[in-house]
Amino acid sequence: MPPKSAPAANAAPSSAVQTLWKAYNDSTSDRLKFIDAFLVFLMLSGIVQFAYCVLVTTFPYNAFLSGFGSTVGQFVLTASLRSQVNPENKNEFKDVSPERAFADFALGSIVLHFFVFNFLG
Amino acid sequence: MPTAFPLPSDLSPATVTNTASLLRIVALSLISGAAIASRLFAVINFESIIHEFDPWFNYRATRVLASKGFYEFWNWFDPTAWYPLGRVVGGTVYPGLMATSGVIYNFLHALNLPVDIRNICVMLAPGFSALTAWATYMFTKELKDESAGLLAAAFIGIVPGYISRSVAGSYDNEAIAIFLLMFTFFCWIKALKLGSALFGTLAAVFYFYMVAAWGGYVFITNMIPLHGLVLILMGRFSSRLYVAYSSWYAIGTLSSMQVPFVGFQPVSTSEHMAALGVFGLLQIVAFTQLVRSHVSSKQFQDLLFLALVTVGLLGFVGVVGLTYKGVIAPWTGRFYSLWDTGYAKKHIPIIASVSEHQPTAWPSFFMDLQFLIFLFPAGVVLCFHQLRDEHVFVIIYAAMASYFAGVMVRLMLTLTPVVCVASAVAFSSLLDTYLDAAEPAEAADDASETASASGSNSGSKKAKKATASAATPGSALGDIVAAATPAKKGEKVKGIFGLDTRLAIIVNAFGMLAFFVFHCTWATANAYSSPSVVLASTNPDGSQHIIDDFREAYYWLRQNTPETAVVMSWWDYGYQIAGMADRPTLVDNNTWNNTHIATVGKAMSSSEEVAYPILRKHDVDYVLVIFGGLLGYSGDDINKFLWMVRIAQGVWPEEIQEPNYFTPQGEYRVDDKASTAMKNSLMYKMSYYRFAELFGGGQATDRVRQQQVPKIGPTLDYLDEAYTTENWIVRIYEVRKEDLLGRDLKSANAFAKGKKRKRSKPVSRRRAIVN
Repeated sequence: MPPKSAPAANAAPSSAVQTLWKAYNDSTSDRLKFIDAFLVFLMLSGIVQFAYCVLVTTFPYNAFLSGFGSTVGQFVLTASLRSQVNPENKNEFKDVSPERAFADFALGSIVLHFFVFNFLG
Repeated sequence: MPTAFPLPSDLSPATVTNTASLLRIVALSLISGAAIASRLFAVINFESIIHEFDPWFNYRATRVLASKGFYEFWNWFDPTAWYPLGRVVGGTVYPGLMATSGVIYNFLHALNLPVDIRNICVMLAPGFSALTAWATYMFTKELKDESAGLLAAAFIGIVPGYISRSVAGSYDNEAIAIFLLMFTFFCWIKALKLGSALFGTLAAVFYFYMVAAWGGYVFITNMIPLHGLVLILMGRFSSRLYVAYSSWYAIGTLSSMQVPFVGFQPVSTSEHMAALGVFGLLQIVAFTQLVRSHVSSKQFQDLLFLALVTVGLLGFVGVVGLTYKGVIAPWTGRFYSLWDTGYAKKHIPIIASVSEHQPTAWPSFFMDLQFLIFLFPAGVVLCFHQLRDEHVFVIIYAAMASYFAGVMVRLMLTLTPVVCVASAVAFSSLLDTYLDAAEPAEAADDASETASASGSNSGSKKAKKATASAATPGSALGDIVAAATPAKKGEKVKGIFGLDTRLAIIVNAFGMLAFFVFHCTWATANAYSSPSVVLASTNPDGSQHIIDDFREAYYWLRQNTPETAVVMSWWDYGYQIAGMADRPTLVDNNTWNNTHIATVGKAMSSSEEVAYPILRKHDVDYVLVIFGGLLGYSGDDINKFLWMVRIAQGVWPEEIQEPNYFTPQGEYRVDDKASTAMKNSLMYKMSYYRFAELFGGGQATDRVRQQQVPKIGPTLDYLDEAYTTENWIVRIYEVRKEDLLGRDLKSANAFAKGKKRKRSKPVSRRRAIVN
């Protein structure tokens, strides 16, 4: 997610972005960084698909929707997983242990991709 | 510690818990039994038959599904509906109901239980009402506690507002949809409470089932985003909200597009844009929160806030712009009619013509909900007292559903669950307060009063069952009671003293419950259990007399006409003709083609000469009208006639004009004073053809309109009476073919009756000779 902050802050002094980047690097565990890398990949994939849809063609609209829905859905499910396993949110998710969070994530992804696959063609 | 009545003190907590859970299970199964049993009036009083109109189509489709399999059903093109257009059934239907019955059917047959598909269809709604009671129990449990849940389950099990759509034989989408509605909401609340993606996924799956089952899924599509938006605006954004909403929306939206009838609507129509907008907003808010947790610089946060507002505005402008450009379809007419009750009458008469789309009359609130309707506001107020996230949901739901139920009669159905939930919360708070055996401590000062009350609760059996949160509404209600009675002194102890005060309230409360049960049973038995295919009347000696004209007529059609004979009737009877008579129809209850319906309306409301070419062009062999004048059956075609005129006028304003069908005084009459257009209309002629003969020279009276029908009735030249049922409710006419000798049918008819071909012509000739 951090790269997204770059366009939002381009008007601000670049020091603010640098502070953010530094704070992020310092205070985030490797596990969360790994999840973040996946999130960035998903976002790039979604942007490419969307650009293709806008610039080239929407023709198999259901295929586009399922592909785009797959990235968006996977993104939010992963982001949910990230916030559930984030130690800072521990008091918010009292009933969701990290293992439970991963099981939920896996189940949600399976259901999501079942529908994606069904809608694809 | 003083108590108002003796409590057993030698029970271990484990015994109490076990007994309570056993009692809950027993109570829930009894509630399910009562819910199913009270819906069986229709089967006992009449027979196991499919009711009304739409259920006949659902039944017919289910039969196809059960006999030919799912793929055949999915690709089913029905050439007999909307003759000659046909109907792609698989793509224009919510298949959830049929699929459910099909699964049950195949499951039972796999167990070697050869149950007839019709009985599954008839019993589906009562069966699902038991599940609805359970789902409502689960939902209310999240809101307050188990005892409130049981009350809510009991209420929804027998409340007439829900029974009206789910009696045995009422095989319509609503039969399963209310269960799905409540269960989706339960999953949503649970997901929000726990922050669990599992329940979010479950909510999405049940949302998908709901989308597949009922067009009212749009209610969920807008309720959940509204709840999310209100929570954000209240400053209650949390990661739990993000998890619950994102997982529900991402999976739910994609899954809802699998239903062919819904298609791409979730990404292209205005009804679904609110959900998308809240989804985007949540992403932005969540991202902001994340960044904020890493940086605390004031300057950066201001910038972030600015960026947030800009993105939000851009998104809104983008949606509005796309709507104008036509990428996003604007609101549909059905939606506008929810905001402006006069809209449908002006622009889409076909929607306004359906009686269940009319605004609700106030007595029907009492008829459908009885004493729940005045407990309902109390329950909503109690929700304000706690105002956790799920209470906000109930408050929004109550406000929205109350409005919609006031606008449209059929939306009473969406109001009913929240009324049951809120009333159960109110009623169980009342019981919690007054069944609690603990007496207020005499010398307690104000500050420690509540603390000691909740402390003393723990000794009683009631409080062991209730969770800690249950003590709050009880004391909240106590506060209200105390505030209502003027306190003389500040140190006066608040609370309920003695057995008599308790008894006075409890006996009253149970009296209300008893009356409620009595009313529900009465309303179900008398008002909501009529199949409307079979009518009942009472003989002078009190016995029941069954009027079975509809099936008589449909079976006549089935047995005496060729299979390809096209039957024209008003659209209300299309599904029944297709289901029972198995004949092609011009229009039916799936009112998708307004012009086609207007064509039928035009044929019915114009004179024979104008109507005949229309009938011939559409290959119509038989015309069927419903006539209640003999029996006093008020739902007949003459009473619906003005809608036919209005709908026809919408398409042919220069040929059909509504004022022509009124007398100069503006009255709608069928007697001597009826207007010419009325008397010449095909509908009038078919209804009153030979009606006066029935009275043997006496004065013929239409018993619906209470008017004297002219002694010399209308004549028909282009149609022949083919069949009239026992009580004249259904009259079937055969359309004559073109005359073999090429004459027009009017003169051919005159010739056959022995009248001279043109009397005026010879006269004038003779006169010419004389002159």
